Amino acid sequence: MSELLIELFSEEIPARMQSRASEDLRNLVCNGLEKAGLAIGTAKAFVTPRRLTVVVEDIPATTPDIVDERKGPRTDAPERAIEGFLKSAGVTLDDCITGEDKKGQFYIARIEKPGKPTTEILAELIPEIIQKFPWPKSMRWGTGSLRWVRPLHSIICILDGQPVEFEIAGIKSGNQTIGHRFMGPDTITVSSFGQYKTALADQFVMLDAGERISFIQSEAEKLAKSSSLQLIDDQGLLKEVSGLVEWPVVLMGEFDASFLEVPPEVVVTTIKAHQKCFCLKDADGKLANKYLLVSNMIARDGGKKIIEGNNRVIAARLSDAKFFWDQDKKTPLENRLPELKKITFHARLGSQRKRVKRLEKLSTDIARIIGANEEKTRLAARLCKADLVTGMVSELPELQGLMGKYYALAEGLDNDVAIALGDHYKPQGPSDAVPQNLIAQTVSLADKIDTLAGFWAMDEKPTGSKDPYALRRAALGIIRIIEENSLRLPLLKILDDQIAASPGLTDDEADSKAIARDLLSFFADRLKVHLRDRGMRHDLIDAVFGLGDQDDLLMIIKRVQALGEFLDTDDGKNLLAGVKRAVNILRIEEKKDGQKHDGNPLPNLLVLGEEKELHRAVTAAMAQTINAVKTEDFASAMTALARLRKPVDEFFDKVTVNADDPNFRDNRLKLLNRIREATLSVADFSRIEG
Amino acid sequence: MSTTGLQPTRSFQDLILTLHQYWAAYGCVILQPYDMEVGAGTFHPATTLRSVGSKPWKAAYVQPSRRPGDGRYGENPNRVQQHHQYQVILKPSPIDLQDLYLGSLKAIGIDFDHHDIRFVEDDWESPTLGAWGLGWEVWCDGMEVSQFTYFQQVGGLECQPVSGELTYGLERLAMYVQGVDSIYDLNFNGAEGDQKMTYGDVFLQSEQEHSRYNFEQANTKMLFAHFTDAETECKSILDAGKTDGRHLMALPAYDQCIKASHIFNLLDARGVISVTERQSYILRVRELAKGCCEAWAKTAGGGYQEGKND
Repeated sequence: MSELLIELFSEEIPARMQSRASEDLRNLVCNGLEKAGLAIGTAKAFVTPRRLTVVVEDIPATTPDIVDERKGPRTDAPERAIEGFLKSAGVTLDDCITGEDKKGQFYIARIEKPGKPTTEILAELIPEIIQKFPWPKSMRWGTGSLRWVRPLHSIICILDGQPVEFEIAGIKSGNQTIGHRFMGPDTITVSSFGQYKTALADQFVMLDAGERISFIQSEAEKLAKSSSLQLIDDQGLLKEVSGLVEWPVVLMGEFDASFLEVPPEVVVTTIKAHQKCFCLKDADGKLANKYLLVSNMIARDGGKKIIEGNNRVIAARLSDAKFFWDQDKKTPLENRLPELKKITFHARLGSQRKRVKRLEKLSTDIARIIGANEEKTRLAARLCKADLVTGMVSELPELQGLMGKYYALAEGLDNDVAIALGDHYKPQGPSDAVPQNLIAQTVSLADKIDTLAGFWAMDEKPTGSKDPYALRRAALGIIRIIEENSLRLPLLKILDDQIAASPGLTDDEADSKAIARDLLSFFADRLKVHLRDRGMRHDLIDAVFGLGDQDDLLMIIKRVQALGEFLDTDDGKNLLAGVKRAVNILRIEEKKDGQKHDGNPLPNLLVLGEEKELHRAVTAAMAQTINAVKTEDFASAMTALARLRKPVDEFFDKVTVNADDPNFRDNRLKLLNRIREATLSVADFSRIEG
Repeated sequence: MSTTGLQPTRSFQDLILTLHQYWAAYGCVILQPYDMEVGAGTFHPATTLRSVGSKPWKAAYVQPSRRPGDGRYGENPNRVQQHHQYQVILKPSPIDLQDLYLGSLKAIGIDFDHHDIRFVEDDWESPTLGAWGLGWEVWCDGMEVSQFTYFQQVGGLECQPVSGELTYGLERLAMYVQGVDSIYDLNFNGAEGDQKMTYGDVFLQSEQEHSRYNFEQANTKMLFAHFTDAETECKSILDAGKTDGRHLMALPAYDQCIKASHIFNLLDARGVISVTERQSYILRVRELAKGCCEAWAKTAGGGYQEGKND
C-alpha cells in the first residue's frame, strides 16, 4: 500500500478560489482512482497561494485483475463463425467455457485483463484532470494552449516515494518544488508527504490553510491584547487573508486618531475592503486608531518598513474617506435628489429619481395601513436613495444606506428618519436582522415591493438558479418583516396598484391584477421555503392558499401554524381522513350524477341518529369556526372542527350514503358537502397530504 | 548609488531611466510615449495592436496617461488628471515573467528583505478595447505599485500567443521609494538645493489648468461633434485600407479610435453622458477598436503573410 502525493505549483491563485480548487482536485483524483478500480484510503487536500496539494493514503500498486466474459456463437455453429469470434475476442478455444440456454450450448470467451500498474493509471489520470480542471476562470499563457488559473510551473506526482512520470504542456512531472517566494527559494526534493510538509515549513510555507487561519487569529489576538485592545472579529477577512500568504506574520500599524471623527463603519470598511487589514476596538467597544496587517514576510527589521508603508497607504485611504465625509456633509440630502436622475435603476424601470417618487407614495400608503407616522415615512422614502450620489458611497458602495443615516443625523434630521435611511435595505440575507423601527420597516417593505412589482410588470422573473436581482431575497425580506413584527398588510391590492403604475408594464392590454396574483403565488413559494426551514409542511401552505385570495401573510402563517398543530393531534388526523373520505365520495357521486349536491340537507329526511347528530354538529361547528376565523382565533377554529371528529366517524360507520331512496341519498351527500364547507373556512383540506 | 550612476530612489527621472536600462538589457525595444492623448499605456499601438497576431514582440515605454475625472486642481496629494505609466509588453509572455518583474523592483531599490510583495487577484477588462486578461495588482507593503496581466483577448480577438503586460504607476512607485506623502514633493531630477526640481515644479500648473478645463471649460457640444468625427474617420480609413489581402491603413485608423476613446473620457468626466448613453458610447468605441485590431491582423506587423493566410 502506497502514498500518493500531488502538488500543482503555479503563480498566485486568487484567494477566493483556493479552498474550492483544492477540494475539487482531491475529489477528481479520488474519483479517478476509484473508477480505475483502486480501493483507496484517506485523501486530504491542502492549498496555499501558490500550490494545490493532495495526499492519498493506502493505494494498491496495481488495479485488480479482471476477467471479461463475452458470449459467442453456439457450439455447433459453423467453424468459420467460431474462428471469427475467437479472433475478435483475441482468445483461443482453450480460453472459452460453455454456457447453455434454451437454444442449446454456446461458447463464452474469458478475456483475462491483468491489473494495470497504478503509476500508469496516474500518468493518464493527472494530465486529464489538469486539462479539464473546473476553475471558475482560467487563462492561457506564453505560446501554449493549456488553461490554468494562472501559469502552471511544476507538478509533483509521487507514488510510494517514486516519481510518476508524465508531461503536460511542456511541464514534466517530478518530485521537486520550492518554498516561500522570498524566504525559501531553494529546491525541495520530495519523498513523502510527511517530509514534504516539514521541508516546506523549513522553507517558510505553512501548507495547511486551517493552520494559517488559526495562527493568524491567535497572533492577532495576542498582539491586540498587548495593546489592551480587542480584535474586531471578521471570519471572511481572516479566510481571505490566509489565502494571500504562505507564511503569515501579523503586525500592528496605526493611523492618526483624528480619522476617528469619520463614522467607524467607514474606517473599518476602508481598511478592510482596500487594505485587507483588521480593525481593533478598546474595552468600551470603541474603534481604536490601531489596526493589524498580515504580511507574508519575516522582515529583517522586524517589519518596521512594512508597517510604515501600510500606515502611509491607510492614511491616504482614510484622508480620502475623510475628504468625502467632510465634502458630502456640505450638501443636504434633499438637494441631491435631482442627481438621482443620472442613476439608472433598470433600463426599463427608469432612474432612481423616478423610483424614489414611487417609493414616496407607496411608503405613505403602507404607513397608513400599518400605522407608521406618515410624514416621517414620506420623508424617509424621499431621501432613502440620496446617499447613492455622495462621494463616499460612489467610492465604497457597500456603505449605501448607512451613509444616508449618518448624513441625515449630521444635518439634524429626525432620528427615526435617519434610522430608516440606514436600515431600509435590511434584511440583506437570511442571517441579517430585519429593521426594528416602524418607519424603517415601512420604507423597507416599499423598497422591496416596488422592486418585485417592477420586475413582474416586465415579466422578468427568477428562473431556476438565476436570480440576478435577488428577487427571492426581496420577497423573503418582506415575509420576515411582516412576520417578525406582526404587521397586517393585505398585499394583493398594493401589488396590483404598484404593477399597474410601473413603467415596466408596457403592454396596455396587460392585466395587472393577474400579474399581481402571479406575484402573490411567488410569495406563497417563498413562504413555503421559509416555513419548511422551520419544519412546517408545504402542503399546509397550499391548503391555506387554496382558499383563494389569501394575501395577508401574517394571517396565512398563523393559519398554517394552527393547522399544523391541529393535524398533529389524533382528532386532527382522523378528521382529515373523514373529510377526505367525504370529499372523495362527493367527487365521485357528483361526477356520476353530473350535478352538485349543495345546499342545506332537509331535517325531515334525516332519519338515523348518527346523521342527525352529524347535522347538528356540523351546523354548530360551522358557526363556531366562522366566528373564530373572524376574530383570527385560529386555535379555537380548530377546536371547533375537532368536535366534528366523532360524529363524522360514527356517520361513516353506521350510515350508508348511497341509499336506495334517491331522496335520502341526495340528502346525505348534501350532509357530506356541509363537512367540506365547514372545513373550508379554515383551509382547503383536500390539498393536505396523508 | 548604483554602478550606473542612477539614483532611482531619489529621482523620478532616474526611476524611469533605471527601468529603461533594465528592460533594454532584457531585449525590449525602448519606445517613446505615443503622441496622442490616452487614458492608459495599454492604448499605445505598441501594446494594443502588437498583442494581436502571431509575431513576437518586446517593448517598454513611458506613457503619460490622462484621466480627466481624477483631476483635483492640484490639491489632492494622490490624485492627478495626468500621471505616467511605465509599460512593458512581452509577447509571448515568458514563463519567468514574475521573476523578471521582481528583478525590476530590485533594480529600482526595493529590497525584499524589508518589504512585503504580494500578488493580489485583479482581473483586467477594458470594455472600450474589447479586451480582457487575468493577473494581479502587485502590492508592496499594502500599496498597489503595478498591474500584471496576461492578455487573453484584445479587440475581440483571441491572443495567440499570450502577451504579458506590466504597468507600473510611476508616481506612486516614486513616492514610495522616495518616501514622500505628496506627489508634488517628488524630487524630479535628483538634484538638491536650488538645482532641485520637484514634480510640483514640473506639473502642478498643468494639473490646475487642465482640471479647470476638464471640469468647467471643455466645450461639450464640440466634443460630441469631435467624437462623431473621429468615429466617422476611423470607419472610412478602415474601409479605404481594405484590400483582398492585407490591410493598408490599420495604424491611422487606430489613431482615430484612440481619439474617440479619449473624447468619450472627457465627456464622461463632465458628467454629460447618462448611464444608458454611456453603455452605447462604450460599444461604439469597442466597435472601432475591434475593426482596427482585425485590420492590424491583416498587416505585416500583425503577422500577416500574403498568400499564406487565405
